[in-house]
Amino acid sequence: MRTVVYQHPQALENISTHYCPGCTHGIAHRLIAEVIDELGIQEQTILVAPVGCAVFAYDYFTVDGVEAAHGRAPAMATGIKRSLPDRIVFTYQGDGDLAAIGTAEIIHAAARGENITTIFINNAIYGMTGGQMAPTSLPDQRTTSSPFGRNPAIAGNPIRMTELIAAIEGSAYVVRRSLHNVREIRKAKKAIKTAFRVQQAGLGFAMVELLSACPTNWGLSAPDALKWVEEHMVPYYPLGDYKVLDAVKALEDRE
Amino acid sequence: MTVQLLKGNVAIAEAAVRAGLEAYFGYPITPQTELLEHLSGRMVELGRVFVQAESEVAAINMVYGAACTGVRAMTSSSSPGVSLMQEGLSYIAASEVPCVVVDMMRGGPGLGNIQPSQADYFQVTRSAGHGDYHPIVLAPASVQEAIDLTFLAFDLADKYRHVVLLVGDGLIGQMMEPAEMPEMRPIRPRPDWAITGARGRSKHVITSINLTAEENEAANRRIQARLAVIRAHEQRSVEHYIEGARVLVIGFGTAGRVAQSAVKMAREAGIPVGLFRPVTLWPFPEDRLRALVDDGVEAIVVVEMNAGQMLEDVRLVVGREMPIALHSRLGGAVPLPEDILKDIVTVAQKLGLAGPETVR
Repeated sequence: MRTVVYQHPQALENISTHYCPGCTHGIAHRLIAEVIDELGIQEQTILVAPVGCAVFAYDYFTVDGVEAAHGRAPAMATGIKRSLPDRIVFTYQGDGDLAAIGTAEIIHAAARGENITTIFINNAIYGMTGGQMAPTSLPDQRTTSSPFGRNPAIAGNPIRMTELIAAIEGSAYVVRRSLHNVREIRKAKKAIKTAFRVQQAGLGFAMVELLSACPTNWGLSAPDALKWVEEHMVPYYPLGDYKVLDAVKALEDRE
Repeated sequence: MTVQLLKGNVAIAEAAVRAGLEAYFGYPITPQTELLEHLSGRMVELGRVFVQAESEVAAINMVYGAACTGVRAMTSSSSPGVSLMQEGLSYIAASEVPCVVVDMMRGGPGLGNIQPSQADYFQVTRSAGHGDYHPIVLAPASVQEAIDLTFLAFDLADKYRHVVLLVGDGLIGQMMEPAEMPEMRPIRPRPDWAITGARGRSKHVITSINLTAEENEAANRRIQARLAVIRAHEQRSVEHYIEGARVLVIGFGTAGRVAQSAVKMAREAGIPVGLFRPVTLWPFPEDRLRALVDDGVEAIVVVEMNAGQMLEDVRLVVGREMPIALHSRLGGAVPLPEDILKDIVTVAQKLGLAGPETVR
């Protein structure tokens, strides 16, 4: 008698990704794919990919996909969702995309209560361009564009996007999770599932921020990078639920 | 169809609705805001999509998203707003999805003013965004033509899966004229390339990234091949008083319309002058212009509400030897027929086509 304990999610293509070893994009992708499978929405889901490391995300999912200009994914998702209200539309965005060049788009998508799901990968650095300071880089964090460590007096302060968006009327479900250990990964998956179910139920804008590792640009080994997430990022970006409408709680209770 | 008194901006908005517009996204800017206002009511009333975006940047990217799902999508703006849309236009063109953008040009550069202008000829005809392409550009000179070209804009966008810009100015947008509004057309089915969720088929991806030079060159060659077809088939222009014309006045949109009055006055004074009004700014109607020149045109007067941008396209067609006079108003000033007439007379006198006392 055999029991299946692992199988490749249908919503994920069976190919190698271009992500660096130890990068947690792969985990995030896998969680989303599992959720799409479990909700049975693969044939109705549309991915809006970002500019940045995840620019080829549409290569990895078995769903229809588009590639947005830098930061514009929530605007594009708005156009798609309004034109196809019965489909599931999600954006997958990094910290440069969502917290810098696309700040206006994400805030206004939330304010409109746009019925889309956003997965926000926060690794506190610009990955694809080679490790420059992000809006989410921590104070004193060394990057190629903050070589002496981020000095808030010169470079400004990190932005806590989840707290910001939770404060906006129109957002329905806004939470922060992390991918640095198994326990947190399980919580992350549950949150991603809720975020998609919020959209299915038409409850408004849902965003899951995922604290993620970038071993390559942080100059750390993969295990040390996960430790860095836990020891440096989690204290600055506390995990938790920042906005959960009662209607969303009711959804979760039914789970 | 009945003749109604219609304001340009409202006429274009209603024409878009009747041409099958399913999704509009826009941001207010003078002198085109009535377009957005009209659609804010009409689209909702018809159960279609209307979103007032947070910026022109967002608006064009909403259009991009909607267009990817295969609906007829549109935005409208004016010069500074269209500057902000350049990024999205480039992505839409690269992704080979259709869309229509209305640009009611105003005086620039910078904030400039809200007066009628044609100062963005280069911006709209040369690329509309980074990269290597031209959008299709249509330039009406009356409310009726604006209506007709709005229908054409959607058809061309679909036919070539390309960006189509309808360009006017505050005069076209704000004036009221009698015009006929065609009946409502049915919504056309979504094309088979659209992003609609991969039910019963393999997934569709719409992207503009082609990482290797070889891939990107191939994508560019495909776009260029399409542009070559458009250039061969979609040149449009209008002519007035062209019979036996030895002086040709060339102007588009508002400038062309004002020039028509000047040409009429000159004809009444016995000067063999005709008007050539490009309707497609890209592709520039070079074939017809070349034919007219071959028919005996000896000099040209270009009339533009800019510093002579279209003149460069005229020069490319007629060559370096043809004398060209430029009647140019800048910064939102509209030419007067009497002033254009003076330039026509001066040119005609140099050619011996008019005596010293022809027109006072």
